Amino acid sequence: MKPHTLSILVENKPGVLSRVAGLFTRRGYNIESLAVGTSEEPDMSRITVVSIGDDEAIEQIKKQLNKLIEVVKVTDLTYVDHVAREIALIKVQAEPGSTRAEVMQLADHFRARIVDVGKKTVILEVTGDTSKINALESLLDQYGIKELVRTGKIAMPRGSRAGAPKSR
Amino acid sequence: MKSGAKILFESLAKEGVDTIFGYPGGSVLPIYDELYDSDIRHILVRHEQAAVHAADGYARASGKVGVCLATSGPGACNLVTGIATAYMDSTPVIAITGQVPTSLLGRDAFQESDITGITLPITKHNYLVPRTEELGRIIHEAFYIAGSGRQGPVLVDLPKDVTTGTADYDMESDSLVSLRGYQPTLQGHRLMIEKAIQRIAVADRPLIYAGGGVISSGGSEDLVRFAEKWNIPVTTTLMGLGAIPCDHPLSLGMLGMHGTEYANYAVTECDLLIAVGVRFDDRVTGKVEAFAPNADIIHIDIDPAEIGKNKRVDIPIVGDVKIVLRQMLHEDNHESVPRQWNERIEQWKRDFPTSYPDDGKLRPQFIVKELSDILDGRGIIVTEVGQNQMWAAQHFCFRRPRQWISSGGLGTMGYGFPAAIGAAVACPGEPVFDIAGDGSFQMNIQELATVAQYNIPVKIAVLNNQYLGMVRQWQELFYERRYSYTELTPVDFVKVAEAYGVPGLRVDRPEDVRPAFEAALAADGPFVLDFRIEREENVMPMVPAGAAINEMILGERK
Repeated sequence: MKPHTLSILVENKPGVLSRVAGLFTRRGYNIESLAVGTSEEPDMSRITVVSIGDDEAIEQIKKQLNKLIEVVKVTDLTYVDHVAREIALIKVQAEPGSTRAEVMQLADHFRARIVDVGKKTVILEVTGDTSKINALESLLDQYGIKELVRTGKIAMPRGSRAGAPKSR
Repeated sequence: MKSGAKILFESLAKEGVDTIFGYPGGSVLPIYDELYDSDIRHILVRHEQAAVHAADGYARASGKVGVCLATSGPGACNLVTGIATAYMDSTPVIAITGQVPTSLLGRDAFQESDITGITLPITKHNYLVPRTEELGRIIHEAFYIAGSGRQGPVLVDLPKDVTTGTADYDMESDSLVSLRGYQPTLQGHRLMIEKAIQRIAVADRPLIYAGGGVISSGGSEDLVRFAEKWNIPVTTTLMGLGAIPCDHPLSLGMLGMHGTEYANYAVTECDLLIAVGVRFDDRVTGKVEAFAPNADIIHIDIDPAEIGKNKRVDIPIVGDVKIVLRQMLHEDNHESVPRQWNERIEQWKRDFPTSYPDDGKLRPQFIVKELSDILDGRGIIVTEVGQNQMWAAQHFCFRRPRQWISSGGLGTMGYGFPAAIGAAVACPGEPVFDIAGDGSFQMNIQELATVAQYNIPVKIAVLNNQYLGMVRQWQELFYERRYSYTELTPVDFVKVAEAYGVPGLRVDRPEDVRPAFEAALAADGPFVLDFRIEREENVMPMVPAGAAINEMILGERK
């Protein structure tokens, strides 16, 4: 059982996301993260899904996804060299003074940006792979995280290849 | 400019639709108004569930796409069981539903339901048509999707203002279907086919396991030629009955939970299993690790997701069964070979026939056998679900594809009678029998009104034991005869039939069975036969759920 990252190119039509997401839940697979947005083609969207399962289970999911009429291509990036990022916005308890300075220093180390400063809080914006964001999150925990939102992972294979092989 | 309703019927006509099974209501009034002037035949059922089962039976009997029509909300929701039935058995059905006007969508309007949401997991695809302009194109796409690749049901939801609104419909351009994400693989991969043939050539104990995919692809003749060429015995699934004539020397009948003893022994001992248009259902495999434990597996299927889903496959061939079998017949030039294996199977067939006591009591197996003898290859047998279904599968001799129609995957009680209506409408002149149980028949018994109204010549043979027989059988075998809520009150089905204007006969003795069937066949319309069978008869052999398929509970022998 390990996390698999699937990149799914779909026709941009109403209901596509629920078809894709429903396929996972119906078969008892958990979606760890899901991100959707436009793609290089105007009438296509790209969905990035991270799901945990053994290779056999994920293979079945990929085949079932390919059966959906509006799914054009499913690429499993798990065994392919790829770039993966997500963004998090983290609102941290940071009273003016030494705490705030510590938080801002931490942000600096993680190349996070301060995008809002309130009377008692600051909001950090951080970009990176999942483990980097997890690390920052756990460090900020001691100051008190008031609110946190993450985009879910987006991913793209490295180099000039347009897609990646369907199986590993 | 044409109305949406007009565009609907023009596009249906272009797809060759001659019959629709339906039930009117508020949201489909514009459609019904247009239907009033249409050449398309409409059969008014008495419950929407019957409309979709009838469309399904029509499709299975004819090989064409079946069409049903229902109104929004409750009408659409009543289709759900039938759509799920078609989905599980890969039947091409188009379900057209009415919907509240687009301006009221999502406002919990009167008779509104999110039917595309509800049917998402039980359709091959579905549409909520947003504008009249898209209606024609969507209908043609729906037919293409339903009838190609691995077939299945497609639902098209039509808001009322889409059917009353107007748009241009161009038959030429609207019927050109192009879907980027849907291109079924029809041809088998050449290398895989070569590999399969090399493996077959060295097999000592090969066995073909054939299913519904053989029937739906129209590949039955090719399957038989292939089996004969290589001299390989063939066992079929419930859905594959008729893929090879039951009296063909290479036929082993059905395998699985209620399969023949010899088919189940053959699967257990084979060294090569050639799985053709099947999906390794649990009612077939039993304990999956013990299914064909010593065999390499070749799997031919049009749906890549079926390959390796339940059982590891050694040689996968994705493609249309008929096309792949032709490729395989074309590729090889081997002569059929005599094998000790085949002799062994012949011996099993002699030693372990599927039999039942012959003691003068009215046994359901005898009733099915009599019908099989009388029809002698003619006719279409549709069944309900339960013991009646299994006795029909075991004791009727199916000689051709599409002669057997039954709810396999979903096991839908109430399926048989309306599906028989669809089959009778699709194949006029063919005798059509619904082999029923008293429980199942009562699930859609109101359709007696439909067969009476249109004089549809469906003959219903009720194997009446006043039990939910199959559940009672499980209670007898696995729950110490605690018959919890499986006993039904006696029903006089002849009287019920008469109330609807359908003639009928009650049969209590074996010697009256044949004359009763002859009377039913002689009637030019529908007919009900109420057979009062042995109440606690069981379906045997039986593999308990989760056991290996060679671990059968056996019945009494003759």
